[in-house]
Amino acid sequence: VRRYFLRKLLIYILTFFVAVTVDWSIPRFMPGNPVSILISRAGLHGSAVEAMYNYYTGVFGLDLPIWQQYLNFWSALFRGDLGISIYLFPMPVTKVIMSAVPYDVALLLPAILLSWWAGNKFGAFAARSKKMDNTVLPAGYILTGTPYMWLAILLAWAFGIVWRVFPIAGGYSFNLRSHFSLLFISSLFMHWFLPFASLFLVQFGGWAIGMRNLIIYELESDYSHYLEALGAPRKLIRSYAFNNAILPQLTGLALQIGVIVAGALATEVVFAYPGIGYLILQAIHNEDYFLLQGCFLFVVIGVLLANFIIDIAYVIVDPRTRAGMQGAA
Amino acid sequence: MKTLKKKNDLLYFALRNTKLRIGLSVVLFFLLLTFIGPLLTPYNPTDFVGPSASPPTSEYWFGTTTFGEDVFTQFVHGLSSTFLVGIVGGGLGTLLGMIIGFAAGYKGGVLDEVLNVLTNVVLTIPVLALLVVISAYVKVRGVFIESLFIGFTAWPWAARAIRAQTFSLRTRDFIDLAKLSGMKPIKIVFTEIAPNMASYLFMTFILMFGGAILTAATLDFFGLGPTQGTSLGMMMNLAVLWSALTLGMWWWFLPPGIGITAIVGSLYIMNVGLDEVFNPKLREM
Repeated sequence: VRRYFLRKLLIYILTFFVAVTVDWSIPRFMPGNPVSILISRAGLHGSAVEAMYNYYTGVFGLDLPIWQQYLNFWSALFRGDLGISIYLFPMPVTKVIMSAVPYDVALLLPAILLSWWAGNKFGAFAARSKKMDNTVLPAGYILTGTPYMWLAILLAWAFGIVWRVFPIAGGYSFNLRSHFSLLFISSLFMHWFLPFASLFLVQFGGWAIGMRNLIIYELESDYSHYLEALGAPRKLIRSYAFNNAILPQLTGLALQIGVIVAGALATEVVFAYPGIGYLILQAIHNEDYFLLQGCFLFVVIGVLLANFIIDIAYVIVDPRTRAGMQGAA
Repeated sequence: MKTLKKKNDLLYFALRNTKLRIGLSVVLFFLLLTFIGPLLTPYNPTDFVGPSASPPTSEYWFGTTTFGEDVFTQFVHGLSSTFLVGIVGGGLGTLLGMIIGFAAGYKGGVLDEVLNVLTNVVLTIPVLALLVVISAYVKVRGVFIESLFIGFTAWPWAARAIRAQTFSLRTRDFIDLAKLSGMKPIKIVFTEIAPNMASYLFMTFILMFGGAILTAATLDFFGLGPTQGTSLGMMMNLAVLWSALTLGMWWWFLPPGIGITAIVGSLYIMNVGLDEVFNPKLREM
C-alpha cells in the first residue's frame, strides 16, 4: 500500500510541477511580448505607455535572467502570491479566487457524489432488463452526449424564463447582501439548484450507462455463470457483479474529474454563478492574465486533491490493494 | 475463404444491430447536411442578411440572430467545424495514443515506466483548463489549430488502454513466432498486434471523435473558439452573451446544442452497437 501511495504521490507532485511550469511559460514563450499586448489592449497613449511598460516588466520580472524568473515564480507561489487582478484591481488574485471557491465546492461536491451514487445504482438496476434497456439507454447516451453548458441553457430557459420557477443569474438575489438568515439561505439555494441539476443530469447519464455495460460484462464472466449453475439466487449474483463493477467506475471517476470540473466552469458561465468558471470568463473578457493563470492553478490543485481522495477510497473499497498488492498506477 | 465468411458475419450482425443502425444514420445525416447545407442557403454565416431577431420563417428557416445573421447558415457551417475537430482532434488523439500505448506495452522496461509517468501526468492535468489558458494567449485561432491542441491533450486514456491490450497480446505464441522469424518490432506491432485489436482501436477513435467535439464546444463557449469562421460552440456563446435566453430567442441557442448532442450521443450509441457486433457475448438481446 505504501508503494502504491508513494507512486501516486510522485505522479501528483510531477503533475503539479508540470502545471506550474506551463502556467509560468505560456506568457513568456508565446509569440509576441505579453507586456506590449497588455498595454496595447489597455488602450494607453503617450507617456502612460512607458510607465505601464516598466511596471509590467517589473511585475513579470522580465528583466531578470530566465532561471531567476522561474525561481521567483515558485517562491511567490509558496507565499500564496499570484499577482494582482486587473479586472478587480487592486484585489490580489488569491483573494479573488478564494471568494469564488466556496461556490465551486458547493456545486461540484454534491453533484459529483450524488450523480455517481445514483447513476451506479440506476445503471445496475437497468442492466439486462429489456424494457429499461430500451428506454433508459438511449436517454443516458443523449445525456452524456449533451454539452454541460447546453443542458444548463435549456434548464435556464425552461425553468427560469418560460416557467419562472428559478432565478437564472448570480449566486444569490441581487437585492440581498450576504448575511446569515433564512431568506438569504433560501436565495442561495434557489440560485444553486439549476446549475447543480444540469451538472447532476449529464454525469448521471454517463455513470448509469457505464454501470449498465460493466454489469453486463460481469454477468457474462465465468464466476457469474458458475454461480448460476450452482443455483444461486439472481440477486446474489447481481450483488457480486455490482461489487466488481464499482471499481472501474471509481477509476472512471478519477479520470472524469477534470472533465466534470470543466463542465462546471461552463455551467457557471451560463448562470453567471460566481464560481471560478465565471471568473475565467471575466478574466478572458478583461484580458486579466494573472487572474486566468491563478484560476488554472486552483483548478489543478482541486483536481489533484480529488484524485488523491479517490485513491484513498479505492484502497478502502478494493481489498486487493489493501492486502499489499501493488495497484495499477 | 474463411476470412471472407467471417467478414460477412460481422457485416450481417452490424446491419442487424439497431443501435449501430440508428447511430450511424444520425451521424451520416448530419454529415450530409454539412456538405449539402451550404448549398441550400444563399448567405454567409457572418453576413447581416435579414431582420434582427426574427423567429423561424420560410425565408430564414432557423430564424435570425440579434444582428440579423441567418441561424441556419451558421448552423450548417458550424457543423463542418464540428466534424473537422472530431476527425483531426480525435484522429490525432488516437494516433498518439496508439504510438505511446504500443511503445510502452510492447517494449516494456524503462521506456514503459517513463511513458507511464508521462501518461499519468497528462491524464491528471485538467486539460480543458489548460486549453483555456493557452487559447487565451493565442490571438489568431483557427479550427484546425484548435483541433491540434485538442488532439495533443486527448491521448492519455487511449494510450493507457492500448498499452494494457498490447501487454496481454505480447506474450502470445504467434508473437513469439513472429519474433523468431526475425521480424522487426515495428512490423510486429503493425502486422500482428494492431490487427488483433483493430475493432478496439476503431471504437477508441469513435470515443475520441465525440470527446474532441465536446471539448471544442466547451472551449468555444468560453469565447476561445476560432477567430474567423463559426462553430456550434461559438453560436451558443454568442447567444448567451447577447442574452438570447432572457429575450426568449430559443431558435438561436437550440439548434447548436441539438446538433452537438445528436452527433455525440449517436456516436456513443454506435459504439455500443459496434461492441455488440465485435463481442458476441454481449449480443444476447
